[in-house]
Amino acid sequence: MRQVNVQEITKAVKEAAITANFDLGADLLAALQRGEQEEESPSGREVFRQLLENARIASQERIPMCQDCGLVVVFVELGQEVQITGGDFEQAIQEGVRQGYGEGFLRKSLCHPLTRANTGDNTPAVIHTEIVPGDRLKITVVPKGGGSENMSRVFMLKPAEGVAGVIDRVVTTVRDAGPNPCPPIIVGVGIGGTFERAALLAKKALLREVGSPNPDPELAALEDKMFQAVNDLGIGPQGLGGRITALAVHVVMQPCHIASLPVAVNIQCHASRHKEAVL
Amino acid sequence: MSKTVKLTPPLTDADVLALEIGDRVLVSGVIYTARDAAHKRLVDLLAAGKELPVDFKGQILYYVGPSPARPGRVIGAAGPTTSYRMDSYTPTMLQLGLKAMIGKGKRSPEVIAALQQYKAVYLGATGGAGALISQCIKKAEVVAFPELGPEAVHRLEVENLPTIVINDCQGRDLYELGIKEYRRTAETGDEAVACR
Ligand code: SF4
Repeated sequence: MRQVNVQEITKAVKEAAITANFDLGADLLAALQRGEQEEESPSGREVFRQLLENARIASQERIPMCQDCGLVVVFVELGQEVQITGGDFEQAIQEGVRQGYGEGFLRKSLCHPLTRANTGDNTPAVIHTEIVPGDRLKITVVPKGGGSENMSRVFMLKPAEGVAGVIDRVVTTVRDAGPNPCPPIIVGVGIGGTFERAALLAKKALLREVGSPNPDPELAALEDKMFQAVNDLGIGPQGLGGRITALAVHVVMQPCHIASLPVAVNIQCHASRHKEAVL
Repeated sequence: MSKTVKLTPPLTDADVLALEIGDRVLVSGVIYTARDAAHKRLVDLLAAGKELPVDFKGQILYYVGPSPARPGRVIGAAGPTTSYRMDSYTPTMLQLGLKAMIGKGKRSPEVIAALQQYKAVYLGATGGAGALISQCIKKAEVVAFPELGPEAVHRLEVENLPTIVINDCQGRDLYELGIKEYRRTAETGDEAVACR
């Protein structure tokens, strides 16, 4: 067993939360640069220009790229040969979020669902832990904005609706969202599993590098179709009209019950923040 | 043809009547912030017959909940929040003489009608450009409801805050007209959606 102390976990989460909010990933920067060149609509190009400038200022001035610093989703891949020492594993993650949002001057955006009283430190984060082979601990910190999360949907289709039904729900979700989730967006699609698993797959789909092909040729072809259909909507950057509504569509699929066809569509704004740490 | 206009509140009817969807508006001077929690407080005060902390006549309201300022800085990131959450309060605010709102995302048909009735406009700022917009903010202070934290009403002094006219006084909507220009109706496009 390899030992990992909870203090290392707290430190890794804290640093990832801060840098995720300041430094946009290289894949997103490249996608925005491509957008600025390829978008036909003049207001759309202006949006891309502003977003590139925004990313530059955020990184240089150490200021969050967006004031909605998100609810933190944490994906953990815990090697089965790792032993956590020195305290409570989940509390260590929450402490990392607390410290990151305090020390990084990040906005605390979590509240009691009904009284709306702010929790004050942006906790609790939503943690998804998977036990995997090996002796490493991989932590991915994903601050997720409310505007794009609100436009996400889960559908339980009739199996007979098939591929056309799935594409239709993806297009409908993006169309109904319109300008609200701050397009250009990334569309995460989870197909199969159960009601809750489809949603988790859709969120995981968002973590794939933007611009990278899906390793499964069948899904790659499906992504192409969806990407085309979504961009044919004409919503464009910020919903002002344009060719580029989505920077990418990512699909993750797994088998489901013979009676079901769950489909989840998780919308991610251009402020696609995720940072990884491997301990 | 869209134009670029510089505006500083207080705004007159003539100022907003001259604006058309797609026009770029650079906002300077004093503007106020409020999100849904602050709107609820304002409307509750009005209902109770109490005085409001700010006179909104001719003013511009920015829907924003900034991130905290680092020591020595004016403000943190300060991009627009989604406007539909304010829709139910907006006609009341327009009745008070509010002339423009800055936010992101679609407004309700009621708001669009109220913009015509009271002669006011809805401006879009770039959602997610919080760091960029923070550079346009030269001064910030809380003027009401400090207990709401980032949702408190702030008075901001801004310089050339970049916006675009989404809804003008004539009931037009850039989100609808802009999209129409670029929509492609292939077999996977609108038709597939319509037959559902
Ligand atoms: S949807 Fe994304 S970019 Fe837009 S305000 Fe929310 S977090 Fe920021």
